[in-house]
Amino acid sequence: MKVDGAASGPVVLDTAGLAAAVETLIGDGWSVIAPTVRDGAMVHDVIESVADLPTGWGDKQEPGRYRLRRRDDSARFGYAAPAQSWKRLLFPPRTTLWRAHRPPPGSADRDAGDFVVQVATATPRYAFLGARACEVRAIEIQDRVFLGGAHTDPGYRAARESALVIAVNCSSPADTCFCSSMDAGPRVASGADVVLTEVAEPQHREPWYLAEAFSDRGAALLRRVPSAAATPEAIDAADAVVANAAAHMGREMPDVDLHELLSESLEHPRWDDVAERCLACTSCTLVCPTCFCSSVEDVTDLTGTEARRDRRWASCFELDHSYLHGGSIRSGIRSMYRQWLTHKLGTWFDQFGTSGCVGCGRCVTWCPAGIDITEEIRAIAGPHLQEVTP
Amino acid sequence: MSTDKPSVAVWKFASCDGCQLTLLDCEDELLEVAGEVALAYFLEAGLTSVRGSYALSLVEGSITTADDARRIQEVRQASRTLVTIGACATAGGIQALRNFSEVDEFRSIVYAHPEFVETLGTSTPISAHVRVDLELRGCPISKAQLVETISAFLHGRRPNISGRSVCSECKERGNVCVTVAGGTPCLGPITHAGCEALCPAYHRGCYGCYGPADTTNAPSLVVRLREGGMADDDIVRVLRTFNAYADDFRDASEAVAAGKGAE
Repeated sequence: MKVDGAASGPVVLDTAGLAAAVETLIGDGWSVIAPTVRDGAMVHDVIESVADLPTGWGDKQEPGRYRLRRRDDSARFGYAAPAQSWKRLLFPPRTTLWRAHRPPPGSADRDAGDFVVQVATATPRYAFLGARACEVRAIEIQDRVFLGGAHTDPGYRAARESALVIAVNCSSPADTCFCSSMDAGPRVASGADVVLTEVAEPQHREPWYLAEAFSDRGAALLRRVPSAAATPEAIDAADAVVANAAAHMGREMPDVDLHELLSESLEHPRWDDVAERCLACTSCTLVCPTCFCSSVEDVTDLTGTEARRDRRWASCFELDHSYLHGGSIRSGIRSMYRQWLTHKLGTWFDQFGTSGCVGCGRCVTWCPAGIDITEEIRAIAGPHLQEVTP
Repeated sequence: MSTDKPSVAVWKFASCDGCQLTLLDCEDELLEVAGEVALAYFLEAGLTSVRGSYALSLVEGSITTADDARRIQEVRQASRTLVTIGACATAGGIQALRNFSEVDEFRSIVYAHPEFVETLGTSTPISAHVRVDLELRGCPISKAQLVETISAFLHGRRPNISGRSVCSECKERGNVCVTVAGGTPCLGPITHAGCEALCPAYHRGCYGCYGPADTTNAPSLVVRLREGGMADDDIVRVLRTFNAYADDFRDASEAVAAGKGAE
């Protein structure tokens, strides 16, 4: 929720103000995580200062293809979704849930016949700098998955409740982006502590930032860094950045009732068509910022004195994922792909009350076969689309 | 055996010894392994008959001779649990390239006295001859998966060996996809996990050392490799390495070699 009051009205930060915000957070003990350039892509990593941000870098994303490019300005946030999402930090790819130790024979603990069990407790303090509207929306969706309902995830809760989110409204959507049509961007509506809009200036002059506090923590941070009051012109300039982004979405999800469409299309021939292209490699599900499936592995050491339970990311494109007694119920790519798409865009509503898609486009960009879910929906929706757009 | 420790035998068939060396390469765990099991090594193929019985047999190598085809039957009969280790034992190995060709020609070209060489026309995996309880992939196998398998065996649990793709391991490790971001040809999408995405972590495409994943779509990857500019001859070569005769790789390379599916 937006905080009322003059102290938390929008302010303008220059580079020194942004640098001060990063320094303040690091000084307060936060791990500041932001997009950085690594191995030809934007990758979230710990930063030490504003100098670590990818100044002047942009991206070009297409189905199955990602390239960095140089911008003709000095924007620090002038690119679309990085290679992987913030999910890596809140719901890590591999976590030890607990460890058990059997004391050596003869010790008092051993005589009691006990394993000593230690529940893993990590309490990271992450500040996410540069999260986009689609990504903040994805975090809210995962909040519902991990924290809603009767059974909550303690590891996710610890990381999430401490996390500070400094979001940035999107200025430069990619060819694979469609957050507008998923009502997830490009403007951050909720779920952040501070929302920045970066206004890049031509000829590599320093960009500046319109900063709005969306929470008390965010307002407190902004009060501690040098800023200027936002003029109406500054607010207009920032609004124009977001409006321009909305006008340049690379893709669009067809405007149909996806829940109904998919529930009626379980035997559509398009599933066979996509199964010929899909590699079942799991990439789409693992780069998806909302996919939440995991598998647990029980591990023992050779001597039988140490044991642990690990949780790792899993995917509906793994054969083991649907293994029940006697075999896997989804043994072919057709049924695996259908499971992914119908859950993401359809039955997610039944389960959690929203869509599971935020339109970040990662599944499109990072699919080695270049499969585009908006195109698959368009093919499945064919006649429905003609009905709604006569 | 004179000990209560479970007996573990290591058997060698047609192979380079690299996989059994992985056991010796387990510096940190080797003493623990030696402490928990009674290890019996049978390094050379000269042994004519199998003596004793073994709780766990680790079998390296493929079947390339009539003698070996007989010996693997004896190994199976002497083993409660049989685990194959590596691409040779699991898919026939690099020597299965002979399966695509005439072995007599090779024999006459390579050996001064080909008449002294007795060999079968094919190199086949252990599972083509006897029941196999678990297959460890790789050329060579992963040290971690070997220790995991022995640990699981000792404690009567299922080993954590996933048949997902190398892409899963890249995403888990945080590698940037070398194909999507760099245009590098990569067999990762159809290759079995286990190496922890070693080559992509060093900006190389996957060479398919672990053979096909549980679920693959090699024909689709072939389309992708062609789109990336790889010639059909090269696609056949990249599919015909250590796991050339594994079903999915073999079918795909044969289809490309036959000119099927080309534009």
